[in-house]
Amino acid sequence: MCTVCGCGEGEVRIEGGDHGHKHDHHHHDHAHGHDHHHHDHEHNHDHGHHHHYGEGPAGVSVPGMSQSRLIQVEQDILSKNNAYAAENRQVFADRGILALNLVSSPGSGKTTLLVKTITMLAERFGLYVIEGDQQTSADADRIRATGAPAIQVNTGKGCHLDGHMVGHALEHLKPADGSILFIENVGNLVCPAAFDLGEAHKVAILSVTEGEDKPLKYPDMFAASSLVILNKTDLLPYLDFDVSVAIANARKVNPAIKVLEVSARTGEGMAAWCAWIEAARAMQLAGHPAGKAAE
Amino acid sequence: MHEMSICESILGVIREQARAQNFTRVDRISLEIGPLAGVEIEALKFGFDVVMRNTLADGARLEIIETEGRAWCMPCGQTVAIAQRFDACPECGSHQLQVTGGEELRIKEMEVN
Repeated sequence: MCTVCGCGEGEVRIEGGDHGHKHDHHHHDHAHGHDHHHHDHEHNHDHGHHHHYGEGPAGVSVPGMSQSRLIQVEQDILSKNNAYAAENRQVFADRGILALNLVSSPGSGKTTLLVKTITMLAERFGLYVIEGDQQTSADADRIRATGAPAIQVNTGKGCHLDGHMVGHALEHLKPADGSILFIENVGNLVCPAAFDLGEAHKVAILSVTEGEDKPLKYPDMFAASSLVILNKTDLLPYLDFDVSVAIANARKVNPAIKVLEVSARTGEGMAAWCAWIEAARAMQLAGHPAGKAAE
Repeated sequence: MHEMSICESILGVIREQARAQNFTRVDRISLEIGPLAGVEIEALKFGFDVVMRNTLADGARLEIIETEGRAWCMPCGQTVAIAQRFDACPECGSHQLQVTGGEELRIKEMEVN
């Protein structure tokens, strides 16, 4: 693993190139003006290699004497991801891009919803998609069939996208200023809740075949989301799903959450969803030059 | 199962600290984890041993300080204790709660060598 930026972990693959940025920092330059192998206790080790001896505060090692010490760290474990997410968020702000992070369990109809959404919005906005899945580029292929540029990120064994993967995907995808970027996260209602990608909103998609207690079973995701799309409402006549209970459960976890009832298949509720996206985009563009250019 | 990536993030912080503070071994690490952080502590302990193997934190003792879930109840106008996100206010039964504590996921301190 690259210990500078933390990438190269596991089996993440991003389409269209072997991991984007140039890893100059892998070639650690060993030409420091001194020789590490000489026992010179004066110099400062501000880098992490070739520590043979005397790494304690005193810079000497005494056999049999422990140099154990306590250091206060007080650092958020996810601070690294949060830093990548903040960078992405800055890019989105500078370029007037609305980024939406779509989260759900597998099979909630995210990709179908996205394909329909793209068809409805394509004439008016630049649309881009980052597809996260453990394996295959099947979803990105479905999106590309609509004409929208899409890039697949395969997380390998990973259960979520993180800020770093999205940052690299952006380098390849190059979304235009003032456009809308949909990030379809790995189908998983647990882990993606913890990983900020820099998006403006998380949108949780819950299909009515899943049961109205999902918001209580996976509260973190619903707490982190701004909007719930209750999808596949065309199936309601065949199910015992109680929409009002599902909404009440989502509000127990997140009193501010908004809910839209949608059937991506029949198109019911799609206009409201598109209106929500437009409103979110207007918020993202408030005060941004791309907002004026688009009108 | 993002506890594994959380362990990898912990290892990332350890390595950064090792460079900055000149140490080569971690004997003990203490974490602060809240009930609303979305982390399963048993899974984290399991992942920790696996991820730290053959690193400078191999065999390090993992100490977990569990913090309490707290929320501000808007109708009551006071801080109340909660165990889960969907808990109602224990005083008035309202769900108009703003979580104020319990989302901690922090490395507090390390004993290093």
